[in-house]
Amino acid sequence: MEHRIKQKKRKINIQRALAPYLFVFPNFIIFFIFVVIPAAYGLYFSFTNYDGLSEEEFVGIANYVKLFSDSDFWDTMLRTAIYSGIVVPTIYVLALGIAILLIKEIRFKGIFRAIIYWPTMISFIVVGVTWKWIFGDTFGIINYLMELGGQKGIPWLSESFYATLVVIVATLWSRIGFFMVIFISGLQSIPSEFYEAADIDGAKKWQMFTRITLPLLKPTSVMVIMLAIIDSFKAYPLIVSLTGGGPGRATTYLVQYIYRFGFEKNQLGYASAMSVILFLIILITTTIQFKVNKGGEI
Amino acid sequence: MKVSKNLITYIILILISAFFLLPVIWIVLSSFKAGTSLYKWPPELIPSQPSIENYIIAFKKGNFGLFFYNSFMVTILSTMVTLVINTMAGFALAKYKFKGRDLLLIGFISTLMIPLEVIMIPIFQVITKLNLYNTFVGIIVPPAATPTGLFLMRQYLLSVPDELLEAARIDGASEWRIFVKLILPISKPVLSVLTIFSFMWRWNDFLWPLIVISTPEKYTVQLAISNFVGQYNVDWNGLLAISVITMIPVLIVFLIFQKQFVKGMVTSGLKG
Repeated sequence: MEHRIKQKKRKINIQRALAPYLFVFPNFIIFFIFVVIPAAYGLYFSFTNYDGLSEEEFVGIANYVKLFSDSDFWDTMLRTAIYSGIVVPTIYVLALGIAILLIKEIRFKGIFRAIIYWPTMISFIVVGVTWKWIFGDTFGIINYLMELGGQKGIPWLSESFYATLVVIVATLWSRIGFFMVIFISGLQSIPSEFYEAADIDGAKKWQMFTRITLPLLKPTSVMVIMLAIIDSFKAYPLIVSLTGGGPGRATTYLVQYIYRFGFEKNQLGYASAMSVILFLIILITTTIQFKVNKGGEI
Repeated sequence: MKVSKNLITYIILILISAFFLLPVIWIVLSSFKAGTSLYKWPPELIPSQPSIENYIIAFKKGNFGLFFYNSFMVTILSTMVTLVINTMAGFALAKYKFKGRDLLLIGFISTLMIPLEVIMIPIFQVITKLNLYNTFVGIIVPPAATPTGLFLMRQYLLSVPDELLEAARIDGASEWRIFVKLILPISKPVLSVLTIFSFMWRWNDFLWPLIVISTPEKYTVQLAISNFVGQYNVDWNGLLAISVITMIPVLIVFLIFQKQFVKGMVTSGLKG
């Protein structure tokens, strides 16, 4: 009898020891096959002249050397950086500003939040279609409104400067709601006692903002900025349907450039080297966030 | 003083809301303008003869019925897989002590830094070698294991008291039974959050289908729209109608799960 109880107990113990591994297994195997292995392959490809068909040859750092002297690549990087440099600060200011308005004691708060959040649930492809229709050269409502105002219409999508502007507007429209929500929860976690104490001391609204809100919001701010940077360097689907990367290459950013070399020009080794650069950008941004926030606490 | 101050806030908020709302309203209105009335100049703000012709044409000529079917199937199956495997893994990482746990956790976190954009070239090779190219499995299974979903579940399940699990074990429940009868029901609010997100991610996804799918019979809606809009002469009538319909499923899922969603946001400590 005692023997059997012992045996059963052991069986249970084994089951309990094994359970976590079995629970983790499906996720682990998918991550391993579809993230770890491709990542290793990608890194390896970046040191070869792989073209997707013939056997690859090891070429050392030739792809990276080529990359550094490829002016098209650097033009693309510059465009991506400019796009990012405009989008990220604008998102930061607008999302924070809207969040501050929407934690006030006002009516219809929920409706305002829902309206601003709603575009984040629309696919980038459809966002692109929407703004392409609005900014259409010949049938666009914006050009109609400009004509009403006595202005001449602008060929929005066929001039580099304006096309970039439209891409930026569409990006802001589709992303601000997401960051607004993060800021709202960040702002709500600041204890109200701080503001009450400052109020008693006679602090002005602006002083409260710079001395209390901004410092205490720093972890949230860092997270928002880093996420927005990574987002902007991954920009592609929205551009596919809005401008297709044009006119010319005016709105072609890094991911589209990689895609073109990897899938259209069949220079997989070279495209992989660019992917490594993209990974490094993400790695550096994430590391900065982690360091500044000491462990990534939100 | 107070009223005038709030008045300014309201005016600003209404203007901002207009910026976020009007584009959607405009394409919805436009989608009801049939044939050449869509291209009228000056444009009609409100369609004088609203018609659902664009919608009918898109489904008849554009084959969008099939694309919607594909998208729904992929989205629903992938979301189901996501819910099950991420809850399992989140449970293991939150409530068991086992060798390699912390290493696994760090490994899973790191995958956040390797989005599809970074590995799209080698993933194509892997997908092809596994014979998953141009299959639905290829866009259902790989994206189902999301690091975000895993952490959402883990953070939430950390708050489940160990005593609860011990009590169930003393009652003779197996680990799997604990997972099904205890953990899954407890996770309902956070599962709603994950359902909304996963549905949205998969429904709106463009890059996975772009890389994995090649034949038009297997296109998802997003892939089909991107092809539609890339043509030289864009057929705006059909395109607008399809774009409007494409927005609806995510909205419906959001409304269904919204109450639970808010609860989950509060209790899971998911900030954002």
